[in-house]
Amino acid sequence: MFLPVAFLVLGSLRNSEGALTLQNYSDLSTGVIPTAFANSIEISVVTAVGGGLFGLLLAWSVILGGLPRFLRTALMTFSGVASNFAGVPLALAFIFTLGNVGFVTVLLQDFGFDIRDTGFRLTSKLGVELVYMYFQFPLMVLIIAPALEGLRREWREAAENMGATPAQYWRHVALPILTPSILGTMILLFGNSFGAQATAFQLTGGTMNIVTLVISSQIRGDVLHNPGLGYALAMGMVAIMGASIGLYSVLQRRAERWLRG
Amino acid sequence: MSTATGAPFGPLGVMRSWLRLRSGPRRRGFGSPIAWVIFLIGAIYFLVPLWATFLHSIKTRPDPLLAYRQVFADPKFLGGLGYSFVVGVLTIVISLLIIVPTAYWVRLKVPRLRPVVEFVTLMPFVVPPVVLAFGLIRIYGGGSPITLASTDFGLNVLLVGAYVILSFPYMYRAVDTGLAAIDVRTLTEAAQSLGSGWTRILWRVIFPNLRTALLSGAFLTLAIVIGEYTIAQILARNEAFGPYLSLLGRNQPYQPASVSLISFALTWLAMGAIAFLGRGSRSRVQVAGAR
Repeated sequence: MFLPVAFLVLGSLRNSEGALTLQNYSDLSTGVIPTAFANSIEISVVTAVGGGLFGLLLAWSVILGGLPRFLRTALMTFSGVASNFAGVPLALAFIFTLGNVGFVTVLLQDFGFDIRDTGFRLTSKLGVELVYMYFQFPLMVLIIAPALEGLRREWREAAENMGATPAQYWRHVALPILTPSILGTMILLFGNSFGAQATAFQLTGGTMNIVTLVISSQIRGDVLHNPGLGYALAMGMVAIMGASIGLYSVLQRRAERWLRG
Repeated sequence: MSTATGAPFGPLGVMRSWLRLRSGPRRRGFGSPIAWVIFLIGAIYFLVPLWATFLHSIKTRPDPLLAYRQVFADPKFLGGLGYSFVVGVLTIVISLLIIVPTAYWVRLKVPRLRPVVEFVTLMPFVVPPVVLAFGLIRIYGGGSPITLASTDFGLNVLLVGAYVILSFPYMYRAVDTGLAAIDVRTLTEAAQSLGSGWTRILWRVIFPNLRTALLSGAFLTLAIVIGEYTIAQILARNEAFGPYLSLLGRNQPYQPASVSLISFALTWLAMGAIAFLGRGSRSRVQVAGAR
């Protein structure tokens, strides 16, 4: 695990002749690369927060919302399957749904509404975000469910006995307890989306300008015409991921300390 | 122990059925409308793409099942699925054998190290799959002391190794959440006072108590491995399911839809089987408790 990273660090500091240089890093600010990073981050934040919130609501609805028990079992099993339905098959499914001749596209056309008139493209950022949500929700559901199940009934009863409304219970008891789990899981979702490559590759044919696609085409055919720049790009990704994980541990420690206090 | 927790009669049993009656109607009711709305939105979002894929897969004329026939006649299809499933199971077993003892030990003996272990298990997020595969290829490729990337077997080892690393964050989080929910210390001391060694404690006490957590971790891992495309593709494991389907998706009109659906159905079966096994043993416990 650490060996590949060390190797990348060394590789990123060499130019094509093998001499030590920092040029690769300054080259990161050239060409398509800054936009690639911006796009990747934007997509990841949107899908992590959006997917996280909706996933939390979904988990809440089946675990605490009083829906029949079989729906909960169905959702949990489905979530396991749906998070598996990422990558290539997922991209294909959405092409069949919202692509140019997709089911929903055609259906809406029959009602006289052309979805492409709104500027929506499956290969656009919004399109990719919509597709990514498909594996973000289920992941959130799967990971947050044990935490929701861990909310003891006694806590709510205690709150109710003291005259708390459900809103007050959530605001002052349940959410603070859940906060570390929620934040932690959202970071997982961010990473999940930031590192995603296959879905976007299949969806856009590799043309979308996000970091993972730039790296993978670099591995395949040195499109950046500089092996060192590929390493630097990889290091850039590592740095961003590292920063977000760092933020996560700070947030979580704070949340946990607060919880203990 | 089982007689104490599972007391069918006596005050405990009465109290339990009383609790069940009291809490039953409120918890098993029709549920709040908001919960229904959320659930329905989710269901629509989840199901429409599947339905659309299904419709697309039977568009072939005159024989609507043509795409399915072609796929099943293709040995690469079953081969790819089998290969990825075996890799997935190997990954889960290795990952569990590493993660459960580690998480248990850290929680019980060295809680100080918890942030460190957490950090290590989060490494796969710091190093995304595409970067990991890039690094692996460069390190174990030609000209290095350990050349694994030159043989098929070596590449398979690399693939499982990479997937084990990928599974760490999911597995660790699941296991750690599970451990948080049980009283590890009391269980361990109880087992120790009955004369159990560490292996026995882990295998007979900790593992069974973590069943739900382990299953959700295993769900995720299998999910990730079978759907995985990036690493398999970079390590040239073209027989794996991801690369196979990707190629198909670019070259064929209707077959990809049917393969997507078949893979979905098969995974559903696998998950259903795992969930069923887990629920079977859990409900046995619950039944013993209720009667």
